[in-house]
Amino acid sequence: MSLLEIESLNLEIDGTPILRNVELSIDRGEIRGLVGESGSGKSMTALTVMQLLPLGARATGQVRFDGKNLLAASENEMCQLRGDDIGMVFQEPMTALNPVKTIGEQVAEGIRFHTRASRPEAEDRARKILDRVGLPEVKYPLSRYPHQLSGGQRQRVVIAIATALNPRLLIADEPTTALDVVLQAQILDLLRDLCHENKMGLLLISHDLAVVADMTDNITILRGGQVMEEGDTARVLSEQTHPYTRQLALASTHVPARRKHPLVQHQPAETPLLKVTSLTRDYLGQRIGFFKRSAPTRAVNDVSFSLWPGQSVALVGRSGCGKSTLARMILALDPPTSGSIEFEGIEITGKSEAELKPIRRHMQVVFQDPYGSFDPRQNVARLVSEPLHLLQPTLGSKERRERVEKALNEVGLTTSDLEKYPHEFSGGQRQRLSIARALITRPKLIIADEPVSALDVSIRSQILDLIASLNARYNLAFIFITHDLTVARAITDDVFVMHEGRIVEAGRTESVLENPQSKPAQELVSATPDLHRAIARKLREQG
Amino acid sequence: MTPFLLKRLGIGIVTLLLASIVVFAMLEVVPGDPARMMLGMNATEDAVQALREQMGLNQPLIMRYLSWIGGFLTGDFGRSYTYSVPVAQLVAERSAVSLPLALISLFLSTVIAIPVGLYAAAHRGKASDTVAMGASQLGVAIPNFWFALLLVYVFAVALRMLPAGGFPGWGAGVWPALKALILPAIALALPQAAILARVTRSALLDVLNEDYIRTARAKGLPRNTVLWRHALRNALIPVFTILGLQFSFLLAGTIIIENVFYLPGLGRLVFQAITQRDLIVVESVVMLLVATVIVVNLLVDLSYAVIDPRLRNA
Repeated sequence: MSLLEIESLNLEIDGTPILRNVELSIDRGEIRGLVGESGSGKSMTALTVMQLLPLGARATGQVRFDGKNLLAASENEMCQLRGDDIGMVFQEPMTALNPVKTIGEQVAEGIRFHTRASRPEAEDRARKILDRVGLPEVKYPLSRYPHQLSGGQRQRVVIAIATALNPRLLIADEPTTALDVVLQAQILDLLRDLCHENKMGLLLISHDLAVVADMTDNITILRGGQVMEEGDTARVLSEQTHPYTRQLALASTHVPARRKHPLVQHQPAETPLLKVTSLTRDYLGQRIGFFKRSAPTRAVNDVSFSLWPGQSVALVGRSGCGKSTLARMILALDPPTSGSIEFEGIEITGKSEAELKPIRRHMQVVFQDPYGSFDPRQNVARLVSEPLHLLQPTLGSKERRERVEKALNEVGLTTSDLEKYPHEFSGGQRQRLSIARALITRPKLIIADEPVSALDVSIRSQILDLIASLNARYNLAFIFITHDLTVARAITDDVFVMHEGRIVEAGRTESVLENPQSKPAQELVSATPDLHRAIARKLREQG
Repeated sequence: MTPFLLKRLGIGIVTLLLASIVVFAMLEVVPGDPARMMLGMNATEDAVQALREQMGLNQPLIMRYLSWIGGFLTGDFGRSYTYSVPVAQLVAERSAVSLPLALISLFLSTVIAIPVGLYAAAHRGKASDTVAMGASQLGVAIPNFWFALLLVYVFAVALRMLPAGGFPGWGAGVWPALKALILPAIALALPQAAILARVTRSALLDVLNEDYIRTARAKGLPRNTVLWRHALRNALIPVFTILGLQFSFLLAGTIIIENVFYLPGLGRLVFQAITQRDLIVVESVVMLLVATVIVVNLLVDLSYAVIDPRLRNA
């Protein structure tokens, strides 16, 4: 008998079918991947097991944990199971912890509830498990609050909460999606070790095939609430018998066909599109007294580089390395502490908003979260035409409309979308909208901050294709800010590796990624999951 | 003390200073010479001038402001000419009625509102939630003086349980004095409680959508435990904000309620002082009320730092 057995599970929420006939099982000590695109029902499957479904949800079928049917279990019985026999780790570590309680309280709370241990006993156990997940007492006492920890550290606390009582089953729902690749590798290692130590079953939910290929023994592929394929991870992903499996695998390793920007030696007399010289940005230290502050933090430290028209570069580095601050300074949204930024030979630091206006139209931006960067009460026509106020002289209404229509066509949307509002679009279409908004002023440079990391793999490959074609067609220069080396590999000519505010390595993308020289670059490369490598390793291990 | 609290304290002091300038200036521009008012229409010009000199009204504006503020800081509020007693003494007597009244109603509205809000949030969408929120809607809509009259009719006239008005003074014993304050306190507290209950409910519902609530549930904690231990404390910030804002309405409400119940409190004092142009009393009482509101809101700010560790170093 398996530890967890899901049989012919159907789930409806307010009458809408979410899951259809889902079958899934996990043995003791088994790591099973649950893969699918957004809306495929991965999280709902997990929440069904936890019996933490939203109001209006109705599940039928069988969900047996250790032989016990969870769908028929009372709330009381579920409370006994949750946190004790079944633990769960969630996607968003920044918001998964209660901001007003110390980490010690939050870890000890579940221990006290389930074991009736006294406070000192529970705190003692909490201390041990926090040590185990990599938060030693010296630096992370129980009295720390969540806001004093980084995202990766918070995710370790969440894992400590979920595994404090050695559960037999751990459900991890996209546990590393919000983290950079180096942290991702660390957290995945931790989860794997915890499974081996305690013979714990792990259900790893992810949209990232490479992560799942690397981590799991078996895999279940979900689409539209139905299981497409199921079986041994290495076999399923190497044979790719099911067309959907093949489609996912192709999309997640997709590289757009594009001509590389040639490596030319520029004459000193030529003016680059963008020239950044010794750029530095300090942030004021935290207030520690009425007149006292701690030492300032140097977010960007003496950064210099040049960008030529049509060149596509990646700014890669771990979270907090200063890449977003650098981008904000280039966009003249944040003043540098020292150094200079020249756009087509014109200095942009220290300029007033009016002086910047003619320059701004040539520099546009695409953000990571396409939903958060649109006003939900404005329609597409208004949203996309927004940057047009930068043009001098201003356009007439007919011309504006033509420009909007052209921009929409360029990104693969139609004029029938003009009157729609952001919520009527899917995630991929919204990212197309934000690219249309960036294109409308016919810029020379687009800065894209993690433009595809919130998208499903199939959508992601389409957006990468779109970016590659725009880059070629308009000789448009791109700066990609990303921690994802596969994006850098797919669409950039050159890469700058940032670490603690400095550019520590620069060069042609393929040579840096194949043969990284600096330690930060080596760390990034080795932490990046790779689908083919992972499958090859699995097959080798199995003989 | 943390920078957050020092900053709040600084803001409180500056607000108090600005308020004092506004209060002083308002009464300066009000038509009518206080000296002439005091002496009546038939007074001779000499007598008025003599009194103006004695009251310091001939001094330059800035000097009068400074001596007024100076008096405040040393506890000398001036002398009421309608009552012919020091204002400080008047205010002290009247505060003995108004302060307990305000505190009792604040206490009542909190102990009614928070449990009702918790209950409604825990039973969201169910019949009990609808009933609780319907009742609070009614509480928001009913004017407190009308509700006061209703209370008088039921508890004083029909049931004869509590006095219909008047105040025996604390000298008559604690219970008789408290008895006289019960109905006015309820009349003041109920509309406030109705608003506060709605705020508590919606703040809790917001918090219940947070990811950390799901984390707490995944630990195995039952729904009600999560509500008390995780949701309530996070929801308290908006609740305390409203509580602080309501306090000034509570003080304004006492003017009406003290008149309905014939209580010799600050509200009635300021009301009478305005009708009789006893400007010194008005100035003093208004300043006192402003100071109270600022202090209460400072306490609310302090409570934020107690509730939320992120604000302690902000």
